[in-house]
Amino acid sequence: MLDSLQILAAAPLFNFQLLANGLLIGAVFALAAYGLALVWGVTSVKNLAQGDFVMMGGYIAWALAERGVHPLVALAPAAALMFCFGWIAYHLVIRRVIQRDLFTSLLATFGLAIVIQQSLNLAFGPEVRTVDSGLDTRAFFGGVVTVTDIRLLSFALCAALAGALMLFMKRSRMGRAIRATAQDARAARVLGVHTERVYAFTFALNAAICGAAGVLVSMIWVLQPYYGIAYSVRSFVIVTAAGLGNLPGVILAALGLGALEQYSGFVLGAQFQQATVVGLLLGVLIWRQMLLQRQRQALA
Amino acid sequence: MRKLSFLGHFGVALAAAVLAAPVSAKVEGDTIVLGSAISITGKYSQEGKNARDGYDLAVKRINEKGGVKVGGKSYKLQVKYYDDESTPARTAQLLERLIRQDGVKFVLGPYASGPTKAAAPIIEKHQIPMVEAEGASRSLFTQGYKYLFAVLSTSEQYLGSAIDLAAEVAKKKGKQPGDVRIAMAFENDPFSLDVRAGVVADAKRHGMDIVIDDKLPRDLSDMTATLTKVKALKPDLLVVSGHTKGATTAARQIGEMGIKVPLVAMTHCESADLIGKFGAKANGILCPTQWAETLSYHDGLFGSASDYDNLFRKTYPAYETVPYQAAQASAAVQVWKDAFERAQTFDTETLRHALAATKMQTFYGPIDFGPEGNNLAKPMVLRQIQDGKFNVVAPSKFASHKLQTLASK
Repeated sequence: MLDSLQILAAAPLFNFQLLANGLLIGAVFALAAYGLALVWGVTSVKNLAQGDFVMMGGYIAWALAERGVHPLVALAPAAALMFCFGWIAYHLVIRRVIQRDLFTSLLATFGLAIVIQQSLNLAFGPEVRTVDSGLDTRAFFGGVVTVTDIRLLSFALCAALAGALMLFMKRSRMGRAIRATAQDARAARVLGVHTERVYAFTFALNAAICGAAGVLVSMIWVLQPYYGIAYSVRSFVIVTAAGLGNLPGVILAALGLGALEQYSGFVLGAQFQQATVVGLLLGVLIWRQMLLQRQRQALA
Repeated sequence: MRKLSFLGHFGVALAAAVLAAPVSAKVEGDTIVLGSAISITGKYSQEGKNARDGYDLAVKRINEKGGVKVGGKSYKLQVKYYDDESTPARTAQLLERLIRQDGVKFVLGPYASGPTKAAAPIIEKHQIPMVEAEGASRSLFTQGYKYLFAVLSTSEQYLGSAIDLAAEVAKKKGKQPGDVRIAMAFENDPFSLDVRAGVVADAKRHGMDIVIDDKLPRDLSDMTATLTKVKALKPDLLVVSGHTKGATTAARQIGEMGIKVPLVAMTHCESADLIGKFGAKANGILCPTQWAETLSYHDGLFGSASDYDNLFRKTYPAYETVPYQAAQASAAVQVWKDAFERAQTFDTETLRHALAATKMQTFYGPIDFGPEGNNLAKPMVLRQIQDGKFNVVAPSKFASHKLQTLASK
């Protein structure tokens, strides 16, 4: 551990490498986490199938790439297909558990996750897949820091998508309806918002966002029917740390998580990469609890 | 009433099973029946088929060449298969059935370490010898099993040849093997940790320095943090083992990050299809294999390794290349033939002793079982991806091509 810290002190350029890798992948986490926060905030369903939606998006890109379609072109069809899938999944499953208690909705989305994993396994087999973006790597500082074009492009795409989502939420009619439903579903209904449609749209939008994230994952990392869970866990960590309905917070938390994974992997070793992240989440939760208590004491 | 009739049927079935059990025998007329519960369906179906084709080819060849000679009589071989659906619990059940119901006394192994681990206690219980060709886990040979014999190299030997190669390269450059610095990234699962244990032991033997020792979590598909360390520390050898995900991730990210390590070795290159996925970017990677058709091994039944390769592809034209699973399966049948002919009896205890004393040359490599039943004689060979092909580069006496290190590229 000390050795690794010494390297960072002696050759600070490696910090850039860690930050570049961490922040650029963090943007992809932000997408999936934002989708989770959206559904969580609006429908109060905690979607455990979040990471499996990401895998589905990735497999759509892979299947299209096998037929000669460039994976970047696959972004739009993957998002569209996943939107339809989300819409159907909402009407088949989520609609029935939305008013139920937390446990029922967790169980239902967990079930959905298992069905997706097994279906992907049946359709595409258990092999590890990856899609080649065909893009190059950029080297800086004489090759000490390398950044792949696909990561840069993914970062830009994620930023653009986040911007578009923010605008959509602020400006469009549906966006306003979503925000109104999130604030108070009953009041929104009274004022003429078709909340059922809002729920369905939100869930489908989340699936589409995950689908887009999956396409990027397929070009940066690897796909396997059962690897969705890692993205689900990360999304939960990010949303719990950032809080609901807070897009800038989600983005910051996601970028931070990406960078933190890199640093803990570098300093402590890959075996502690995820443990550090979950440990930090625990710290954040304890800290928050302490803040809340202090607030309560002040009120009393 | 319904319940009663069900019980009645069950009773009749049970009685029939008990009566039928000891009737059939291990040798029927002039045929020796070997048994195997192996993956025909399920996740190992392809590898299971490779192994079965290997068993069948050896059986066919032995039968064509006069069979097995015991007590002055010539016997034909035959294998009775059951489908274990790629699940270890099923392997154990079906093996039990092969032994108790079908009376099989000579067993060939299933596919993969998991099913083999499930099979081993069954054969021990019934004291029936098993020659297996597809379970490499070191843990199979630390339990004190007496009836288990494996023709393949065990998992801790997988990357040992890479360490020896690094020592050789160091000597050629006028350095000491002790100067070699190794970076390791292994997945945190039993197989990969077996491989790691072998690397650590071999590195210690040469006095090499392990500068990175990362264990990759199962669901981690990113190695960039580890590879950044590699970039900073510039080791002489990078070894990676993490199934197909580890191989895919490592191959991709080593290329992306412009990592320049003179020697890079990893397991699962073939199953991860590195050549198909990454093309020229995969060049230079060293991959251990149990067997290759270019090796100079030779026996009286199949001829050379390359003769086996030709015969296999002629018999099964669907294969483009001959999988090593098939070759080792064929070798397992050869071991049985050799044991029968040396023991000159079908008594399982005598056969077990004969198997334990096996010392033979096959097209697959030399076979000499240690006290724990694993094959001590056959080394793993190391192939390097060169221009989209796997070429044997180590150990030097088997090398068909010269090693390409990054410096000599």
